[in-house]
Amino acid sequence: MSSRATTLEAISTLFGGAIAASAANEQSGEETGPRPLGVIERDYRQCGTHLDAKIAPEQLPEAARIMFTLGYYLESITGVDWIADNELEAVYDFSRYDFDCCRVAIRVRIPRDNPQLPTITPIYTGANWHERETHDFFGIVFTGHPHLIPLLLPEDADFHPLLKDFSA
Amino acid sequence: MSEQLIELQPDETFVLNVGPQHPATHGVLRVKMTMDGEYIYRAETVLGYIHRMHEKMAENRTYAQYWPNLSRLDYLSAMAFNHGYALVVERACAIEVPERAEYIRVITVELNRISSHLVWLGAYVLDLGGFTPLMYCFDDREQILDLLESVTGSRLTYCYFRFGGLYNDIDDAFIVGTRAFIKRMRRELKMYKKLVTDNIILMKRLKGHGLVDQDMCQRYGATGPVARGSGINYDVRRNEPYSIYDRFDFEVPVFTEGDSYARYLVRMEEIEQSLRIIEQALDRLPDGPVNPEKKPKTIKPPPGDYYAAVETARGNFGIRLVSDGGKNAYRLKLRSPTYSNMHLFDEACRGMLIADALAFMGSLDLVIPEMDR
Repeated sequence: MSSRATTLEAISTLFGGAIAASAANEQSGEETGPRPLGVIERDYRQCGTHLDAKIAPEQLPEAARIMFTLGYYLESITGVDWIADNELEAVYDFSRYDFDCCRVAIRVRIPRDNPQLPTITPIYTGANWHERETHDFFGIVFTGHPHLIPLLLPEDADFHPLLKDFSA
Repeated sequence: MSEQLIELQPDETFVLNVGPQHPATHGVLRVKMTMDGEYIYRAETVLGYIHRMHEKMAENRTYAQYWPNLSRLDYLSAMAFNHGYALVVERACAIEVPERAEYIRVITVELNRISSHLVWLGAYVLDLGGFTPLMYCFDDREQILDLLESVTGSRLTYCYFRFGGLYNDIDDAFIVGTRAFIKRMRRELKMYKKLVTDNIILMKRLKGHGLVDQDMCQRYGATGPVARGSGINYDVRRNEPYSIYDRFDFEVPVFTEGDSYARYLVRMEEIEQSLRIIEQALDRLPDGPVNPEKKPKTIKPPPGDYYAAVETARGNFGIRLVSDGGKNAYRLKLRSPTYSNMHLFDEACRGMLIADALAFMGSLDLVIPEMDR
């Protein structure tokens, strides 16, 4: 069984085993409202990821545990400010060390006025810096993070430069 | 895991500040070390001294205007960063790259990888107290810089790639020069082996120190020579072939010891493998244009998000591009390899003697601008 199938199955247990039908809506480029929770398979050649899951914030530690057990390493955490929807998004990129290439993006959306996500540092120690950086740039508070102080910005920084309404 | 020789006393420690200006950090990096005598109790890395917010700049520039930023991330392996950016935008806009351009990309990226490893080798041995190899390394690297300068116009911060192609075609002088360099470098590698690799002092400083195991690599997301020195057979060029890397016959050097010497050997072996790739690419170099005939005038990727990763001299460099269909990126995330590689320093150096820890830090091959972005 390929890692892709195994991962798809493991992630879909987060949603009670249900797999979202397809990525058809998204690829047609039409606005079909907010994307529902679930995991979809995507065209690697076109977008660079094999699996793309949207999960609820409280599912994050469980999702990280699944990914770690399956042998994935955390590549990065990307914050995105969707100011039009009044939401912030965090995208967790995972990849594997073996030759069974499978890239997984796990995304979470949270309200812009109270951006809070549970930390995954107990599972992926390396998430520490990624979360601090995302807190620097977007003001997302990672609850349970052991050391959430500015990493790249000055130690007294009280601004979040990658928010779309930030002006220097 | 720990190499601790004595029981550390957390209540009898003092803080030793290394950096931000310190020769061993090769850039502006600060490490706050809590010491028990000569032994490290813990080490907190303080980043951001040369943070320039490259990711915000991407949101304020068009895609083409962003090219120069890439080479200012990792100034030793700039060509690979060019490649990563080219890949993600070409993927987003579905731009086809001509064959000849792909081959030239591979040749220049691999030349740049060798020059990066040569700087690392020279500086690393200098850290450990050996001055002479630096001179030889920079002499060899100079040959590469001259070759690359003749086609790209710059010596360090290359801005050579274009969407779908290249700024400039290579000429016969470059091909002849590169072939001569391969011959020269093979000879020099034998000399480095005698002069540096087999040196008993170097071995004693590096063997068994700075142990990084596979679990640690996975938890921190270490890639590149750091992961390969710990027995992880992971190279983006092999595991997730991009460009035309699947056409070349080369090996991915892997050593299982996980110590500083293993990481040293990985890089030395990689120089030879890069030479092999360049040789094959030169042999098969096709004729043709280096830029596509059809290319959109303004780059406007369709809405969505795109990811691409390349293997730089330090490991996996990834770009996540989020586009809203405009002429600027909505969000561009740069995943730099040193960032994750350096993160494990704190955990791995605990209980080490400070002199060994600095030798360990050098074996991670840090480039600070790439870490701070």
